[in-house]
Amino acid sequence: MILDLQHIYKDYQQEKLVVPVLKDVSLQVEEGEYVAIMGPSGSGKTTLMNIIGCLDRPTSGTFELAGENILKYKDKDMSNVRLKSIGFVFQSFHLLPRQSALDNVALPLSYAGVKKKERRERATRALERVGLGDRVSFKPTQLSGGQKQRVAIARAMVNNPKILLADEPTGALDQKSGKQIMELFETLNEEGVTIVMITHDRAIASHAKRVVNIIDGEITEEGAKEVQDE
Amino acid sequence: MLENIRLSFQGIWSHKMRSFLTMLGIIIGIAAIIAIVSTIKGTNEQIKQNLIGAGDNSVTVQLHQGEGAYEMDYNGIPDGVPVITNDVLEQIREIDVVKEATLFVSRNTYNTIYHQSVGMSGGSLYGVDREYFDVCNYLIRSGRGFDEKDYSQFRKVAILDKESAETLFPGEDPMGKTIEIKQEPFVVIGIVEKSSKFEPVINSMEDYQMYNQGGGGKVYVPSAVWPALYGYDEPQKLVLTVNKTEDMTAAGKQSEEILNSYLSVSDDTIQYKAIDLLKQAKDIQDLSQSTNSMLIWIAGISLLVGGIGVMNIMLVSVTERTQEIGLKKAIGARKSKVLGQFLTEAAVLTSLGGLIGVIVGIILAEVISKLTGTLVAISVPAAVGAVVFSMIIGIVFGLLPSYKAANLNPIEALRHE
Repeated sequence: MILDLQHIYKDYQQEKLVVPVLKDVSLQVEEGEYVAIMGPSGSGKTTLMNIIGCLDRPTSGTFELAGENILKYKDKDMSNVRLKSIGFVFQSFHLLPRQSALDNVALPLSYAGVKKKERRERATRALERVGLGDRVSFKPTQLSGGQKQRVAIARAMVNNPKILLADEPTGALDQKSGKQIMELFETLNEEGVTIVMITHDRAIASHAKRVVNIIDGEITEEGAKEVQDE
Repeated sequence: MLENIRLSFQGIWSHKMRSFLTMLGIIIGIAAIIAIVSTIKGTNEQIKQNLIGAGDNSVTVQLHQGEGAYEMDYNGIPDGVPVITNDVLEQIREIDVVKEATLFVSRNTYNTIYHQSVGMSGGSLYGVDREYFDVCNYLIRSGRGFDEKDYSQFRKVAILDKESAETLFPGEDPMGKTIEIKQEPFVVIGIVEKSSKFEPVINSMEDYQMYNQGGGGKVYVPSAVWPALYGYDEPQKLVLTVNKTEDMTAAGKQSEEILNSYLSVSDDTIQYKAIDLLKQAKDIQDLSQSTNSMLIWIAGISLLVGGIGVMNIMLVSVTERTQEIGLKKAIGARKSKVLGQFLTEAAVLTSLGGLIGVIVGIILAEVISKLTGTLVAISVPAAVGAVVFSMIIGIVFGLLPSYKAANLNPIEALRHE
């Protein structure tokens, strides 16, 4: 089991009001799965993703990542978990504008203390894997939206994380580019990468093998892709 | 680290105008300090050159009472000060660094020396031994020096220097003429002149006073006839020379000790003390240094202002790059990484400012030198120190913005527009 969340609660303090965002959420993800977490805005899906991504801590509940109780970790060790075990893909790519595609992809490797030569090799391979082997020295401004997102995916994959976490990965893309990204995700998943994707878009969610619906901070239904297709 | 420095240069280059304006405070501060330090060093160099230019490397040791020279005119001959014998003089000549040494007596004179009705209102009278002119590097310009018979026969003969000759004999040749010293007639037998022309560069009133002390002309008579003018057993003065200027102080100290060991005075503030020009020069240098160090502090204020400017811009930069920081933290950069990146950026910015400041400062110093004619010496340690100090300013003032960046919450930072 890669992800095991049990009875997760998350409250936010808003002035004097305590606003519950997640209410008793439990979720398990096996290795090699491709899961979409779907819900409208305000449903708590982003909060759930932040917790899975070790960017935020739940108010209560347990969370094990690959069998490790993550919640007992200190902030410094949390950074390390994000670096080694999780690959992030964001809606708005978040590439460093002045750095080449290669340097952007190599960034997590430098935090992991990988030597310069190996960084270049591994970053080049990661770019080749997402089909951008011929764009290594391009700056983000010279790339299309779809290409930028692929650079971001290469960056997420470069440290060989246990799980690829994508937040609305197609939200800023046109339909054609979005489709290409979805195809890339499917390929990566076939190669054995565990993917958790957050989206409000039913069509995008349908690419996943399993869809988890979240509404008002509660998981309402959970079904295999086949069920969704019907 | 190297990576951080490369990124910092990239950042500075991509905001050329902003970076330059931020650096300006540092540039001005450092340039001012370098210019001041170079000028101080130049002035000190000049004082030293003036002294070495005097060429005599001579130290005079004479009796002092407290801090001032012992006043013979008011106090008379002090008790317990024995005449310096040849044996004692030999001891002094045997000090390693001492080249030559001789004894003399002297008084400042006020309307004491006349030629007919022309008198010297100031000046000084010396009773000297034969080797005095050699030791003190005087040349006989005309006539002769003192010979053995002048001493054995107590001849009343006198030697003038150029200044006293001009005062007493305006437009006349003094050779063979008679002058009156304390109403005693003395025949002028020679005129002396310093062998090395010493022309100090005079920039200020202080310089003038320093290089013209004991001005007003000198008249020399054989020490043998001194008792006829002032009395017996007057405390002598010692003048010694050394080969190297830096030995002056040591030679002076050692001779002081030898001479003082023979004293049996009741007033123990009466002591032999060395008057050495090197020490005087150092005192003057210290004085100019202390006034100038005030200037350096004032220039330092501009560095403080510059540092605050750097802090301000770094805070702006952190806000601008909130998303970037958020991303870096999200993908696993530790706090220390982010902190290091921003500190490096601040340090690179100010070091670059410091470097430019040093260059501007050197140019400024050269311009000052050209305009005022003073000497300017560039100090390498000061230049290196200035750059290092600028770097420290960057680190100190970069600390707050960097700390702010390192502690951003990645979720909020990523959402920041």
